[in-house]
Amino acid sequence: MRMVPTRHSGARAKPASPESMTTGRGYGFRPSPLSRLGRNDATERKGLTALSHERSASEFAHNTGFAAALRHARYILSENAVTGFAFALFLLIVLAAVVGPYLVPYDPLASDTAAALKPPSAAHWFGTDQLGRDIFSRVVVATRLDFLIAVTSVALVFLMGGLAGVAAGFFGGWTDRVVGRIADTIMAFPLFVLAMGIVAALGNTVENVVLATAIVNFPLYARVARAEANVRREAGFDLAARLCGNGEMRILLAQILPNIMPIMVVQMSLTMGYAILNAAGLSFIGLGVRPPTAEWGIMVAEGAAFMVSGEWWIAFFPGAALMVAVFCFNLLGDGLRDIVDPQRRT
Amino acid sequence: MLRMVAKRMLVAVPSLVGVVIVTFLLTRALPGDPAAYFAGPAATKEAIEQIRQKLGLDKPLYVQFVRYVGDLARGDLGNSLTTGQPVADEIKTRLPASAELTLLGLIVAMSIAVPLGILAATRPNSMIDHLCRLIVTAGVSLPVFFTGLILIYVFYYLLGWAPAPLGRLDVFFSPPPQVTGFYLIDSLIAGDGEVFAASLKQLVLPALTLGIFALAPIARMTRASMLAVLASDFVRTARASGLSPATVVITYAFRNAMLPVITTLGMVFSFLLGANVLVEKVFAWPGIGSFAVEALIAADFAPLQGFVLTMAVMYVALNLLIDVLYGIIDPRVRIEA
Repeated sequence: MRMVPTRHSGARAKPASPESMTTGRGYGFRPSPLSRLGRNDATERKGLTALSHERSASEFAHNTGFAAALRHARYILSENAVTGFAFALFLLIVLAAVVGPYLVPYDPLASDTAAALKPPSAAHWFGTDQLGRDIFSRVVVATRLDFLIAVTSVALVFLMGGLAGVAAGFFGGWTDRVVGRIADTIMAFPLFVLAMGIVAALGNTVENVVLATAIVNFPLYARVARAEANVRREAGFDLAARLCGNGEMRILLAQILPNIMPIMVVQMSLTMGYAILNAAGLSFIGLGVRPPTAEWGIMVAEGAAFMVSGEWWIAFFPGAALMVAVFCFNLLGDGLRDIVDPQRRT
Repeated sequence: MLRMVAKRMLVAVPSLVGVVIVTFLLTRALPGDPAAYFAGPAATKEAIEQIRQKLGLDKPLYVQFVRYVGDLARGDLGNSLTTGQPVADEIKTRLPASAELTLLGLIVAMSIAVPLGILAATRPNSMIDHLCRLIVTAGVSLPVFFTGLILIYVFYYLLGWAPAPLGRLDVFFSPPPQVTGFYLIDSLIAGDGEVFAASLKQLVLPALTLGIFALAPIARMTRASMLAVLASDFVRTARASGLSPATVVITYAFRNAMLPVITTLGMVFSFLLGANVLVEKVFAWPGIGSFAVEALIAADFAPLQGFVLTMAVMYVALNLLIDVLYGIIDPRVRIEA
């Protein structure tokens, strides 16, 4: 995957571009990596003036390709410790989702009425709930379900919104109008309310929570993909591919799509946090996941009644887990964007 | 000016049409039998067939749609299964509770976020800038129902400052005579200071919860747009002309920086109206959000459909209002239109 090329030459210092203002994502005046840019510009210039030189070819290779992307990622991570931290946290969440259920000390569903409503202790790190279930075990086990809901809904919306957006940007015309109209209609609803309506109508299941979360994110993906595909529809590599006799569909899938993937990956990471929040919110009001399944949103809902009588730990730990996960995805998304799209960082 | 408003209203029409079509499709064209749904689980085959005819579900889809639009035009949103009451009446009586809460939440958010964003933008890399950065990043990660519960624990259980999170008014008080439906305003009209204080006490925590939720995007946008404006030529000129820093920031920069912030309000409202449902559930607030949640639990679809429709229509109207407001603030928009 070629992530880095072409960015260096265009990296002008923009204090707050209109783009970063409309997306609202740009934040912070970090010292821009001018020294690095200067070096790259210098090597590029050297390469251009001495094209016949063999060394210049190797320097071009030095600045592109997978190894360069890794180097660039390492550079960003070393400069921005927060992204590194978020990445470590992400690994921890993935680990909890994959092996968590095998490591937890208690069965997340086993009730023990003798030990009900116990505050956090050495035996029960996060305390126990009204049925005596171990909250630590439930929080860890729930990671898999929450993570799975978020990942599948993001993958689904990438397939629906991403492809529709690419087609709209590439073909224009009525494809563009249809996709735009669908996106506008979805945007006419407050998103969480629409998700509620969809799950209630389609049936109260986890699959429909995933689908509803994907649908409400559709406009976001369609718009980004449309804009990115649109600026690339007449790019040199498209013309070359067309000249070689490739069909439009093939150009779309083999040329345009791989080129906008980095930006879509950032988009996926940024919406992952929202997807988890949305799904947890739905299960908090009783949609999707049913008790006694361990899921963060429903666990907060179960603990809500005990908040007024002082048993804070029942709702607190799943809520905190939810918060940490969303926080991690947001930081990671910002960090990924820095790697993929340095111009957006302000 | 009027032309701009009229033009903008025309743009809102397709949105409304889309909203009506989607809410229609949500009940009718989806898998499952609405007649069996409305008849309830214990109904016989004949009863279901009867209901099917009564609801017009045996007719083709477009006939049903025309009928649905006709009902809507007469303000008929159907009847609730559980209470048998018209949904429209219920929503009408509950709407002020939600509106009061949402508006107060927005006021809380704006009154914290805008000064915070301005201070952060005028003092880059200072303590307040870092604080702003922290609040903005943490704010988008906080599940709104979780914030509400934490506030309840701290301010009700631990400190005892807030009243029990059970609705709009303590049981010892009776609501003020209805004029606007907003208890704060109605109690003032009635001149009842006690009821005003009591309803304000009930409002503080849920409004704060919503405010914390909506704060992050507003603060982030204020800061970004303030930074852009402060770096612009006319601010430099104003500074060079020797105007005081306060005049430059407030009169020159602030007014221009507000434009993108107002645009963001559309998105903020989308979040706010959704978060409202969760906050109403946490605080047992008798608004339309908790009405919808109750209907969800009872698998009662008509109230839910009415709720989704009401929310969407309100959201379209709010966006319209924002656009008009934008035109009032920025004369350039008016000229373009």
